[in-house]
Order: sequence, then structure tokens, then C-alpha cells
Amino acid sequence: MPWIALRMLTGDRVKYFGLIFGIAFSTLLIGQQATLFTNLMLRAAAGVFAVSEADIWVMDPKAQGTDATLALPSTALDRVRGVPGVLWAVPHLREAGSVRTPEGALERVSVVGVDDATLVGLPPNLVEGDRQDLFRRDAIMVDTVGFRKIFPNSRNGAGRELELNDRRALVVGRVDTNPGFTAGVIFFTRYSSALNFVPGTRNRMTFVLARAADGRDSADVARAIEAQTGFKARTREDFVIDNVRFIATSTGIPFNFGITVVLGIVVGVAIVGLTFTLFIRDNLRQFGALKAIGVTNGGIIAMVLTQSLWIAVVGFGLGAGLTALFIWGTSGADQFKGFFLPAEILIGVAVLVFSMVMLTGLFAVRSVLKLEPADVFR
Amino acid sequence: MTVAIAIEGVRRSFGEGDMRVEVLRGISTEIELGKLTYLVGESGSGKTTLISIIAGILFPDAGTVNLFGTDIYTLPGNDLVRFRLANIGFVFQQYNLLPTLTAAENAAVPLIAAGVKRREAVERGATVLERLGLGMMSHRLPRQLSGGQQQRVAIARALVHAPRLVVCDEPTAALDAASGMRVMELLRDVALSPERAVLIVTHDNRIFSLADRIIGIEDGRITHDGAHAPEHQREGGAHAPEQC
Repeated sequence: MPWIALRMLTGDRVKYFGLIFGIAFSTLLIGQQATLFTNLMLRAAAGVFAVSEADIWVMDPKAQGTDATLALPSTALDRVRGVPGVLWAVPHLREAGSVRTPEGALERVSVVGVDDATLVGLPPNLVEGDRQDLFRRDAIMVDTVGFRKIFPNSRNGAGRELELNDRRALVVGRVDTNPGFTAGVIFFTRYSSALNFVPGTRNRMTFVLARAADGRDSADVARAIEAQTGFKARTREDFVIDNVRFIATSTGIPFNFGITVVLGIVVGVAIVGLTFTLFIRDNLRQFGALKAIGVTNGGIIAMVLTQSLWIAVVGFGLGAGLTALFIWGTSGADQFKGFFLPAEILIGVAVLVFSMVMLTGLFAVRSVLKLEPADVFR
Repeated sequence: MTVAIAIEGVRRSFGEGDMRVEVLRGISTEIELGKLTYLVGESGSGKTTLISIIAGILFPDAGTVNLFGTDIYTLPGNDLVRFRLANIGFVFQQYNLLPTLTAAENAAVPLIAAGVKRREAVERGATVLERLGLGMMSHRLPRQLSGGQQQRVAIARALVHAPRLVVCDEPTAALDAASGMRVMELLRDVALSPERAVLIVTHDNRIFSLADRIIGIEDGRITHDGAHAPEHQREGGAHAPEQC
């Protein structure tokens, strides 16, 4: 009977393609919006992802993320280094600044000060320049996306000078890293240079980056740092979540994306529900004849579920493919740099779409189940 | 004479309270194997209700229906559905073919429902169509066939699983006189056998001459039972049936 069910479904071309379109569109809408949302949220933690060497971030107890910082006292570094289980600890600075572009415009930037001795905090992928160049006077490295904003028509930036917070900054290279949530341009410089670039109060160190000693659990060490220093210490994974949560709770982004996702579900249910109900109604006499001939209600339900499953598989496949195509097609653009389609989203959308179609199918089949076989004689 | 169907005291009504209408008022009769039996009567006489009850698709309010030794309405759950699938072939007034299946595939539906492999079922469907003179049409969709051809596909579907009872509801109602007569002659030639009973509901008096037995129903009761149609239904010559 599954074969008959599929022939009934695919033979009615208009409704068949209507159902496939409905599911594909719904999948695309939900998948694309959920992917954009997830990637935007992950951008909140881009600064944490960029620092792979450190597995513990130490900060002021009131700090909420890489973009919501408070300065630590200058003694913080030594206090963290003094905690048993800490292999090493280095200072890290993240502050906002403004740069004057060659065209004279002002651009808001994020200044990241990495450890002077080890350059811990500098992303590993350089597309121009050498790590040693950062030891030159007033040297900065620019992220690739920010570079295109400041020097839109330039291929290379090394040797060019900028005015960063009214101070001379020398571009010595470019760093390939994903942009953060707030700043469009990121400058990497040594911690000591960063203190010069960023005006402010006596205390300007925003984070201490640390690594747990071999064999020690970073969560245990983070708890030990908190207990001994009174600062907030988070493992890398926990700090990623903190950053995402901060953006999620302090902006209307989840609500707006949520509305679109709900809209996708509503559109899917509406199109599929209506079309499927029409399809069943158009075939009511045929289903009635099948019941009279000797197909049980269970057999009818199995037929409709087969039809639902087929629509879901084809529609979801098409929609997921279009979502992947969208992400792939836009990944070259700066505003979508680093965006990817997480498997979890595909699985989640699949569960949602399949449940939606199956429930719609079961809803539509009610009229067949209510139909008396004798009705075909009337 | 071997009895295929024995019904005893069958009653059936529809509606409730003041709207209650008693359609069958205690019908009892026996129908034999190897005979073409007609149930005739005016619209509303109860013949469709009776054939539905005999075919196991409408429960009676009272009485028993015994098909080939089985009291069918005592069968539990899906056993009645399976009994129908194994023993009864249906021909509907409006054919009720699946529009997206070919003629051979439509004819094969009862076999597929019974679990026969698709290829074998379709081959057997095509064989029955061949016997009904539609061998060349077996790959066509219903919309590519005339009304008479569609009804022959429906007859093939009713016969493909070799049922012991074939019930037909106004099989000529949607056909012109010539097509209707051809369909009935085919039904008589192909469907009728010593191991099978064929029961036809009709009020098309053009085809009465083909019946072995005609049972007349009026107001929910059997009012005629014989080899010929009741007098008043024979009068006036052939007339086209009402289109239902």
C-alpha cells in the first residue's frame, strides 16, 4: 500500500509540488534564520574563540563578556599566577577606540592588547606580516574584515600609518579572525602598546588569561582562582556561554529571530495543512473505496503517514540544500564571515519539520477515518 | 443449489427521534452461488442499504448476515475487513478508480492490499483486463478511458482476487445504453461462475433480461422474488436510470 499511497500523492502534480514547496520554504526560513541567529550569537564569543592557548579567563566579578568589561587592579596578574594549578597567566586588554581612516573618517575599533612576551591572545592565522613585527614601535595588526573597511581599495597594509586615539599606529600585518559582535574593526597590539593607545585610568587590564597545569581540570583551577583572588574566573567553554547569554539577554535579537522562526512554522503548517487536507478531501471517494475493498483504518493511516514522510523527506532535503547554498553563497561576504551551518540546526529543523508534517497528515486523515465504507455506495 | 448468502430478519434505520427512518424492515432471503441476482427498486426503497449490509460495510440494527457459512457481523475488529478483502469484489456506480494509477494497477489494488508483490499483482490485473477486452489499454490512466472502459477496469478490480461474491452498485448508471449492455454482458460472462455469486443493485430495466433472479424491494421489504422483473418495472420499455 505504501506504493499506492506515493502514486496517489505524486500523481496530483499541483498539490504535490505545493506540498514540497511549502515544506522546502518553511525549512529554508527556519533553517536560515536559526543559522544566522546562532552564528550571530557565536560572534559574541569570537574574542574567546580567537584565543586558543588560554583555557581560563579571569576578570572583574561584574564583567559579563569580552565586550562588557571592567578593569582589574594591576596586582591581579600576580595573584592569579600565585594560585596552585595555574601553569601560566598573562595580561589581556580589550578596549574600544576610534581610528581615523586615510579618507579622514572616524571608525570605531576594538583594541586588543596581547601579552608582550609570548603574544598569547594573538590569533594564529596571519595573512600578511610576521608575528615578530608586532614588537616594532606602535605596531598593530588589523583583522582582515576591518582592513577592508579601513583600506577598501588596498591589497596590502604593512607599513601604512593610522591615527588611533590621536596616536600614531603602524600597520604591520593582517590577522584572519572572525569579527566580534560589536566592533567592525579589531586592532591587535602588544599589551604595553595598548596601554599607550587606550587612554584611561590607572587600571586598564581587562582580563588575565591563564592555563591550568597539565593534569589539572581547568574548571577546578578556575574555582580555585575565584576562591583565592575574589575575581571571576571562567573556563573557555563557560565564558563562550557567558558571552552568548549576555548578548541574548541584553538585545532583542532572539525575539526578532524567534518571530521569524515561528512565522516559518506557521507558514509551513498553513500551506501543508491546507494542501494536505485538500488532497485528502479530493481523494475521499477513493479512500472510501479502498476501505470498502478491505483496507483497514490502520492501513489508511499508514498510507497517509507514508505520504507525509515522503513530503517531509523531499521538502526538507530541498529546504536544507537551499539553506546550505545560502550560507555557502554568502560566506564570502564580510558581514557573514565565518558563518557555518551547524549540524545541530539541521537536526533540530528536521525534527520540527517532520513532526509538523506528520501531525498535519494525521489531522488530515481524520476525515478518512470518519468515512463509513458504505458512503461510497451513496 | 448452494447458498452463498443467507440473511435473516435484517433491520436498519437512520436518524434519531422524530427524524428516524426505518429503511429495512426485517429482510430475509437466500442468494445462491452461480447466479446473477438483481436487487431492484425505486430510489429510497432500501436496496443500497441492503447491499451495503450484505457486503459487510454497514452494520444492521438487527438480524444476521451469513456469507459462505460465516456470520460476518460477529467477526471481531479487522477480521470483517479482511473477510471482505478475501471474499468480496466491489463495482461502484462511479467506478472509484485511483486517477493516478494505470488500468492494470487499478485492477491490482485488492491484490496489493492483500500483500501480493506489486509486479505480480499488476501482471494479474493486466491478465483480467485482457479477458475483459482491455489488454491494449492496461497502461492507460482512467482519464484516458471512456466511461464503459473505466467500468470494465472496475470489474477487473472486483474480480482480480477471485472473490466468492461480487457486489455491483448501479454498474450501468453512468453509461449509455449500448455501453451499459456491453458491461453487463461482460460481467455475466466473466464474473459468473459456479463458485461465485453476483449481486447487482440496479433500477435500469434495460438490463433486466440478463438476470437469473430479480428481487424487488419496496419500502424496506421484499415485494417480489422471481426470474423476471416486477410487472410495473417492466412496463414502458427500457429507460435510462437516474444519474446518482
